[in-house]
Amino acid sequence: MAIADKFRDPILVRAIASKLHENTRPIRIMEVCGTHTMSIGKWGLRKMLPKSIELISGPGCPVCVTPAGYIDALMGLESATVCVFGDLMRVPGANGTLEDARSRGHDIRIVYSPMQALEIAQERETVFAAIGFETTIPGIAHTIKLAKTQGIGTFSVLAALKAIPPALDALLSSENIQVDGFILPGHVCAVLGMEPFRFLPEKYNVGGVITGFEPLEILSAIQQLIDMNDHPAIHNQYARVVSDRGNPHARRMIDAVLQPNDAIWRGLGTIPGSGYTLRDDYASFDASAKFGITITDEAENRGCRCGDVLKGVIKPDQCELFGAVCTPASPIGPCMVSSEGSCAAYYRYELPQTSTKDQRQC
Amino acid sequence: MLDEIIKLSHGSGGNMTRRLIRDVMNNRFQMPSMSDSAVIGGRMVSTIDAHVVKPIFFPGGDIGRLSVTGTVNDLAVAGAIPLSIFIAYIIEEGFPMRELERITESVHQAAQEAGVKILGGDTKVVEHGKADGLYLVTSGIGMLHDGYAPGDRSISEGDSVIVSGNLGDHAIAVINARENLGLQPAPESDCAPLNHLIGIMLETADIRFMRDPTRGGLTTVLNEIADEFQVGFHLFERDIPIRDSVRSASELLGIDPLYLANEGRVVAIVRGDTKTLIDRMRKHPLGTDAQVIGTVTNDAGRVYLETAIGSVRQLPMLESDPLPRIC
Amino acid sequence: MCLAIPGKILQRREDMGIVDFGGMQKEISLVFVPEAQLSDWVLVHTGYAMSILSEDEAHETLSLLRERYGDC
Repeated sequence: MAIADKFRDPILVRAIASKLHENTRPIRIMEVCGTHTMSIGKWGLRKMLPKSIELISGPGCPVCVTPAGYIDALMGLESATVCVFGDLMRVPGANGTLEDARSRGHDIRIVYSPMQALEIAQERETVFAAIGFETTIPGIAHTIKLAKTQGIGTFSVLAALKAIPPALDALLSSENIQVDGFILPGHVCAVLGMEPFRFLPEKYNVGGVITGFEPLEILSAIQQLIDMNDHPAIHNQYARVVSDRGNPHARRMIDAVLQPNDAIWRGLGTIPGSGYTLRDDYASFDASAKFGITITDEAENRGCRCGDVLKGVIKPDQCELFGAVCTPASPIGPCMVSSEGSCAAYYRYELPQTSTKDQRQC
Repeated sequence: MLDEIIKLSHGSGGNMTRRLIRDVMNNRFQMPSMSDSAVIGGRMVSTIDAHVVKPIFFPGGDIGRLSVTGTVNDLAVAGAIPLSIFIAYIIEEGFPMRELERITESVHQAAQEAGVKILGGDTKVVEHGKADGLYLVTSGIGMLHDGYAPGDRSISEGDSVIVSGNLGDHAIAVINARENLGLQPAPESDCAPLNHLIGIMLETADIRFMRDPTRGGLTTVLNEIADEFQVGFHLFERDIPIRDSVRSASELLGIDPLYLANEGRVVAIVRGDTKTLIDRMRKHPLGTDAQVIGTVTNDAGRVYLETAIGSVRQLPMLESDPLPRIC
Repeated sequence: MCLAIPGKILQRREDMGIVDFGGMQKEISLVFVPEAQLSDWVLVHTGYAMSILSEDEAHETLSLLRERYGDC
């Protein structure tokens, strides 16, 4: 179709960028989703904006918000084959990373889909590391349901699933946060639709635009947020993918298999109703019960300010560890680990433009 | 450092590999360069290569073909005409004889295709559970092309960067086979001996430098050249040849094709006219998608990419292998 | 946070389908897009189609953008 290519039209990109340059009122916009962070970096969009527009990265990278104790728990499952999305492999826990554990002989495999983990479970005891937001959760729920239908007792999931709207709610109700508008996560909205985000203007007087991942889509979303001015609302600019009501089939699957619980967000702490756990009907597929695992909200690495980065309180290079001891090669905090984490994206795309040495001061 | 253990990332070809070679090997060996080939006695070039690919059979090739093409290509990009190869087999007890025959036939075929002779080798068998079936080690010997003197290969601002074909085919073929991704038709590796194509290139144009973008892909190779020659690169995204299918597969896996391994592609820095060169390369079956993809700048050590929307971003060296991801 | 890519449905059998991504095909679960037809474009994430793409909406958005910014 190459429709996406049309959203890369350099002439229109320049036209919107020059329109954006007319803006003089300072505005802080948070892109919630890590894929937006990556896209902004990859296309060099930040450099197209005037100084008055500030983009900050939100908590939308499932790896970054997964507590370190979760990694330790996976590493403790030495008797089982552990299947993970590649994103998790280099996240540091208390005893190193899953990549380290694999080097020491633990059978840890990267999968692209939860269904692959179910296939592996037909041959051996398998735990699937279930991380993700509303885009990923329906597929995981469906896989758990398949495991039950097919009676695959060697399959279980260790759930660290997260819901985005409660996290934004918690973020906005915290004290030192200042966000004037949200670039809302397009693919989460493909499942949720517009409704769950209405509280942003209603409760907090902050607008949001459901946004695609191409340069034109991101830039025009920023302009829409500016245009809202004193009349914040929720707009759907990604209608080519997201219907206003989202995907009810996917939501029903979530509801059938999972129920909300309180979840620990690394850097943000425990947020009520912001996670999912397995319903009683599916309890035998819950690895935490099966293997007796409890994940605690443990202390973070000293000096690591991922929490403040996730809240958008500081930019990555304002953390003292950034670029000095915390780099993609040896990440301290989760935001540096995932390649879409705010710090890693900043390191990769924003940092190299100027002298690296200058940027490493704190 | 002493309590560290070796991880897979140490073998990825990125910064971790470079540090390993620099800190553990080269501070003892004092090698003239960190590359895998060297000129001996004026005109003779020698190289060595270890092959541990998993799975050992993949669409478009197998470990046997790869062991020959890898070594032939290392010689060819050093400006040499490959002549002969030595091969060592490290075989796991229990490995099927039929597969060994099949792989050895691939070695033979690839050697014929490249026009090199297998002069000798070694065979070791290790206990069951070691060596993952089969590892191969190949070394090669070649003679420099007349007139190609590796000593005076300067690169300077305004030289062109060319690639001989589509990027990422090999890596996607192997990932698909290894991870059971189920892509159909199964993507094929580009694994091929480049010596004939490179011979044509050397006859046609003023080639300043060549590398085969294997581990770490195009970006890693260009960063290494930028470092070694204290030059920079400006690339144009729209000119970099990548198949639609490889682009889609890369997006599916969340990995950047500019960092993916190739086994039948050459990156060359060329001075002066490139039109005749590209025309001649495109007539060769391994060069049909040859392209000029950018130019050399004097911004030392930096590789920049001009995107399809006209913005520019830096392509840094990766720390280690990109992993498939969902986010 | 969620990488997803578009592909075109070539075959459908109950909940599963063959989806084409730029010439490469893969078996994908269509359980969340029961109304999807052959030749529809879907957005795929971790082996599941999560939504049906609307070409009309894409052109609509583009023409709005052109209208608004095209003569800048």
